[in-house]
Amino acid sequence: MKTRLITRRRAIVTGLAAAGGLLATRLPGDLPPTYGHLLRAGDTFTYAAQRVLLPSQSLVREYARGDVTSFPATGTIDPGTLDLPGLSEAFRALQHGGFADWRLPVEGHVAAPRAFSLVDLTAMAARTQITRHTCEEGWSAIGEWTGVPLRTVLEAVGILPTARFVVFHSYDDWVDSIDLNDALHPQTILAYGMNGRDLPLAHGAPLRLRVERQIGYKSMKYLRRIVVTDTFEDGGAKGNIQNGWAWYTGV
Amino acid sequence: MDQTPGVAGQPADSHARWVRVIHWLAAASVLTLAVSGFVILMAHPRLYWGNVGNDLTPPLLELPISRNHRHGGWTPPQPFVAEGLAGPVSAGRTFDIFNQNGWARSLHFLAAWGLVLPGLAYLVAGLAGGHFRRHLLPTARELAPRHVWQDVAAHLRFRIPPAAGGPRYGVLQKCAYTLVVFVLAPLMVLTGLAMSPAVTASYPVLLDVFGGHQSARTLHFFASASLVLFLIVHVAMVVASGFTRQVRGMTLGR
Repeated sequence: MKTRLITRRRAIVTGLAAAGGLLATRLPGDLPPTYGHLLRAGDTFTYAAQRVLLPSQSLVREYARGDVTSFPATGTIDPGTLDLPGLSEAFRALQHGGFADWRLPVEGHVAAPRAFSLVDLTAMAARTQITRHTCEEGWSAIGEWTGVPLRTVLEAVGILPTARFVVFHSYDDWVDSIDLNDALHPQTILAYGMNGRDLPLAHGAPLRLRVERQIGYKSMKYLRRIVVTDTFEDGGAKGNIQNGWAWYTGV
Repeated sequence: MDQTPGVAGQPADSHARWVRVIHWLAAASVLTLAVSGFVILMAHPRLYWGNVGNDLTPPLLELPISRNHRHGGWTPPQPFVAEGLAGPVSAGRTFDIFNQNGWARSLHFLAAWGLVLPGLAYLVAGLAGGHFRRHLLPTARELAPRHVWQDVAAHLRFRIPPAAGGPRYGVLQKCAYTLVVFVLAPLMVLTGLAMSPAVTASYPVLLDVFGGHQSARTLHFFASASLVLFLIVHVAMVVASGFTRQVRGMTLGR
């Protein structure tokens, strides 16, 4: 009886192992914790699968000016009307001054931390993109966004090699983060303009984030502060996870 | 495998072990997907055709399934495009909507893995091992109008053959299973992926195939409704043909 060196079974197993090994090299080094929670484990699995299986820097489809649609404003539509100690009153004062005194500190694992004014940001090379906003609720809308790529801002402050995540704080007191894959994506911008005008108050004035490859709630409005970190931070009670929402929303 | 070639007159095959395992994994996943999917739909019970749709654009269909149905809690719409006075508007929402999507979305995607991974294994094994050819796909002879009509007439007279506890399916049964496995289930998965902003960034063809993000969402809804209808008829037929024998056949294989 002849012993075959290459059996079909062995070829399939070897092929799968080789493909798995290649894909594993694309797995993010810092996966968010599962908190011993089945749903959070599922979120992390989806995050890992998308990072492993999808091309890392594909651009979302961009549209023409004529494709811009009506656009609901949901969640917070005016942080000045909230009752957040230290934040609501400060926001009202900034808004009263036309956001001239608004500053965005960018700090953490960066070489030269710095606070940017709106004048600083609008002086940097701008990017305008007409994209689809997809809300977790089920609706979608097309809008035109003008702003500065987050990558440009991070390069201006010298992002350190130890950096892994970018954390955002807002005037309606949310804390959220994205990984560097999204932070350095060409369509991830800090938007100060919408549909050819200044960003309206209801849509996040003076500055909001646009993370086009994720669901709408990752595109934080009313930005207050950016911190680059070397570890995953869930934002505690002000973050999505402790409020029962997925951190990664590529689906 | 514990199967014999399907020759008429021989006793029915039993369900192979891998078929039984995948059947129950898929059953659990589909039930979870149906419940979580309904909860997700309750957050925005409006369906649209085309690429985008929201409360400020006309719907194709509005479903009265939560307090969000026509809630009307919006600030007056304002035009907000630089040069155009007519056309797109924005409005702020003032209504506290029903929204349980935090857990419902995560559960939906977890259950989707529970359908997609066993589903892929099922397709590979079914093609490689001849399960589809032997048991699932109707033959040309079975699809002859006279034969199909006989099966239809038997069903209309509620003449349901007693359970065999395994494959050797009638032609209508084969057609139903074929439709679910090769049309409805893939359509559910693909329309689901067409709603993902990360997936469509890499594969925008999904948007073109289904006519846009909201069309994909609407097709996802109608395909799921068809699957639930299948499920009801499937369970009814299992009961009518001998519940215990059928469930034992799909669980223990005999």
